[in-house]
Amino acid sequence: MKLKLKIWRQKNSESKGKIIDYDIENISPDMSFLEMLDVLNADLISKDEDPVSFDHDCREGICGSCSLFINGQAHGPDRLVTTCQLHMRKFKDGDTIYIEPFRAKAFPVIKDLVVDRSAFDRIQHAGGYISVNTSGNTQDANSIPINKDDADSAFDAATCIGCGACVAACKNSSAMLFVGAKVSQYSLLPQGQTEASRRVVNMVNQMDLEGFGNCSNTGACEVECPKGISLDNIARMNRELLKASVKK
Amino acid sequence: MKNLFSTSIGKKFAMAISAIFLMIFLLQHFIINITSVFSEDIFNMLSHFMGTNFLVQFILQPILIAGVLFHFIMGFYLEIQNRKAAKYEYQKEKGSANSTWMSRNMITSGLVILAFLVLHFIDFWVPEMNHKYIEFLPEDPNRYFKHLVHKFENPLRVAMYCLAFVLLALHLLHGFTSSLRSMGTNKRYVASAKTAGIIYSIGIPLGFCVIAIFHYLNQ
Repeated sequence: MKLKLKIWRQKNSESKGKIIDYDIENISPDMSFLEMLDVLNADLISKDEDPVSFDHDCREGICGSCSLFINGQAHGPDRLVTTCQLHMRKFKDGDTIYIEPFRAKAFPVIKDLVVDRSAFDRIQHAGGYISVNTSGNTQDANSIPINKDDADSAFDAATCIGCGACVAACKNSSAMLFVGAKVSQYSLLPQGQTEASRRVVNMVNQMDLEGFGNCSNTGACEVECPKGISLDNIARMNRELLKASVKK
Repeated sequence: MKNLFSTSIGKKFAMAISAIFLMIFLLQHFIINITSVFSEDIFNMLSHFMGTNFLVQFILQPILIAGVLFHFIMGFYLEIQNRKAAKYEYQKEKGSANSTWMSRNMITSGLVILAFLVLHFIDFWVPEMNHKYIEFLPEDPNRYFKHLVHKFENPLRVAMYCLAFVLLALHLLHGFTSSLRSMGTNKRYVASAKTAGIIYSIGIPLGFCVIAIFHYLNQ
């Protein structure tokens, strides 16, 4: 395959970036999108040019590191996959592909296609955990009966890998699908319910402090999420916050 | 509850409450107006009641105006906040791949509805206030139908009203379920409310169009 790439290049967080055109040849349809970028970078390095910086780690859709906005969509045109799971067979020979970093005020660009998503870490630190006594007397989790529907919903929410596609796809750069998933994951289970009120209040406050936008329920986040996290998690978070506010 | 409304979710909750309040008002407005198609007397009777009842005029009307103002002001405020949060634009963005036009353009449809409301207030509310509270003209219980019919003599006004109702339908098609989600409604109820939402969102604006066109054609 022969492709024209239009890639966002930005020297550092201070500089003003721009789209640079690259022509690339001999791309196999069986390559992953990141492998295609590896080929481009090998070519740039051989010409003594600065390679394109992009985030990646596991390359199997688990770590949530890869974060590219491809042809106007977070993680590209495929559904329920991360950028590393996207294959070049989704494109045609001669295609022009726009490759941009995830955009949000709360996700500043560090270099080229790499963005700082530490805002998500700070939201997690604000309450995305349960306090457990690990002194050796920890109760076996399986000894607590849990409704199957709740267990399934909690598991579905827990599959969020925190890649940030929800923020990138949202016209308001809202992080509510991410926060909603983290809040739901715990609030649905008895182990998480004890701290549910404090958790949702702290996580929502941190989310607002980070400068993410408001949810207007367009549903773009749900569609672009590589793990198919449902909008119902946002409604559940809203409900949890309302409950916490009434309890106060 | 003080802290709730300082959060982004609290503001959306307040927005949803005002939206539901306005949807209930719209339904009531439609029920009264549709009677004008069937019976001049019933329309005059209902309008006379609404126009002279103390509770409606001095309690419900100010609440309604406050609700309308709140919905618009909060809508603009949230839009400004969202634009700040998404201040960098993509070179290429495919919004239609993951969301509907109406969900992405609530501010556009909202602005058209606001412009329509200004026209609607000039057409009906301002003359009504003038009649009752400025010029203190004697009350004629049969004046309402004539005034309504007179306003729909002009085809341009009818066209403008119908255009606004189309935008209103688009606004409601997203706003109905969106407001339920913002209030944290359980998914089971949102799914059942979806069909009712579609019927309401298309039915009410379509009904208002029918009223405007009916009176234009029956001049």
